[in-house]
Amino acid sequence: MIRRKTITKHSTTYPIDSIRNEFPILGTTVHGRPLVYLDNAATTQKPEAVLKVQETYYREQNANIHRGVHHLSEVATFEYEKARGKVRNFINAGDTKEVLFTAGTTAGINLVASSFGRTFLQAGDEVLISAMEHHSNIVPWQLICEERGAVLRVIPMDDNGELLMDEFERMLSPRTKFVSVVQISNSLGTVNPVRRIITAAHAVGAKVLVDGAQAVAHTKVDVRAMECDFYAFSGHKLFGPTGIGILYGRQELLDAMKPYQGGGDMIRSVTFERTTFNDLPYKFEAGTPNIVGGIGLGAAIDFVNTVGLDAIGAYEQELLQYGTALLSRIPGLRIIGTAAQKAGVISFVLEHAHPHDIGTILDREGIAIRTGHHCTQPVMQRFGIPATARASISLYNRTADFDALAAGLQKVQEIFG
Amino acid sequence: MSELNELYQQVILEHNKTPRNFRKLELFTHDADGYNPLCGDHYHVWLKLDGDTIADIGFQGNGCAISKSSASMMTSSVKGRTVAEAKELFEQFHSVIMTKIGDPVSEERIEALGSLGALAGVREFPARIKCASLAWHALNAALTNNQSTISTESAKD
Repeated sequence: MIRRKTITKHSTTYPIDSIRNEFPILGTTVHGRPLVYLDNAATTQKPEAVLKVQETYYREQNANIHRGVHHLSEVATFEYEKARGKVRNFINAGDTKEVLFTAGTTAGINLVASSFGRTFLQAGDEVLISAMEHHSNIVPWQLICEERGAVLRVIPMDDNGELLMDEFERMLSPRTKFVSVVQISNSLGTVNPVRRIITAAHAVGAKVLVDGAQAVAHTKVDVRAMECDFYAFSGHKLFGPTGIGILYGRQELLDAMKPYQGGGDMIRSVTFERTTFNDLPYKFEAGTPNIVGGIGLGAAIDFVNTVGLDAIGAYEQELLQYGTALLSRIPGLRIIGTAAQKAGVISFVLEHAHPHDIGTILDREGIAIRTGHHCTQPVMQRFGIPATARASISLYNRTADFDALAAGLQKVQEIFG
Repeated sequence: MSELNELYQQVILEHNKTPRNFRKLELFTHDADGYNPLCGDHYHVWLKLDGDTIADIGFQGNGCAISKSSASMMTSSVKGRTVAEAKELFEQFHSVIMTKIGDPVSEERIEALGSLGALAGVREFPARIKCASLAWHALNAALTNNQSTISTESAKD
């Protein structure tokens, strides 16, 4: 039997009810049960404000940007660039030239791997990634290392899912040209010491990309205080639309890097003999972008700022502790990822039930979690498991969501004994 | 019976717990991998054909209760049958689990599947149909491999 606390205490000042009211989908039912959404590391739900700006854009503002002289084009350009300004403030970039719109974190990392790699990587150079990277921060580096004759090395981690920092510092050498690490692990929840990683990497002259996909909705990001060279994240994990993301890059590096994709908007002049390229950020933004996505992301950032990331972070830590304690009491349940510094991700395995079966049974209870390898197959291999079930939290979750999860897991155990 | 109970019937849970023919064949004529890269379910199927008859079959690997029990029941069902009979059984099984939710499936069709009929409930769970058919696709691939001599080489994975 699962023992459960019945009384839960939230920070009294955190406006959970009014926050939930902003998300229409949270009021829906799944298989006749109220939706319990605990798959936020995969994607977050969208608040009214984000839904509204997208509809307004298509109803009243739709035009192509940066090229028309007509009214709508000016409005669309203004709104899109205003969103870029919001992102700049949100991550404290020095200049909007350093804020590139991309299709998402994956696109941002591919841009850096390809463009930085083709400009700076030489045979024998080393690129370091960590053992807990998402496939999107592994494969682009494998591809470019193969192309350039560079060597990809992996920073190991321990059984709790913490990087072995001493080992990392020993791996650094003048051959190290690039370090690409995740700030918060999507499958383990580990919060990595990125500031320390960056300082150590810079000491040997290496540049650093931080994958912030799982971080931006949960903790304040200041790219200048962090001193990263690149920072990538996705809009859809930050309550914005899918298909839009951000790559921050330091201006002198972006200026020096070769373009990634060629096309409209990224050029200054084109002849058949020679093309000159546009200024930043447009040099890296070929083609008509996801305009409505950018505007939606801007609205999502406004929403997050209204709640405040300090309040969000503190509230989610309470939820994480509550959920961890509750799940830990379930017999046969093992949490994968027990780092001292964790964000709101609880990955687990049950003794007799495979994660996919857990996922199906919970789904019939209206509970959405993620099951599988979470695009981190090397993490699964490291822990000797094929898959995990993962509950991941966001600013609108409640302790009641974990109560529902625990009750659902009891049902799983009744079926699988 | 709720849809969940229909999916996770005792016979399925039992095959999951103690899968039949869950072993590698030392002598085999055909083998293939069944892998679902999206979820990570991974099985290997070994076959020993005697003429046109499936004289022996074994599987090993990892996955959910649906994929593992389906693989287990598949091996029990096709052992001793001809290749043509096994393929026909797969066709019948596949057409039952692929029947759209709401469309009727006759009792006769389910009964014709024998023990495999226990998996008919999977059609109520579209995301899980691929679990039930994974090992069958591996079997199909193995039969198409056309190795003419018995191999004692280890599996390709």
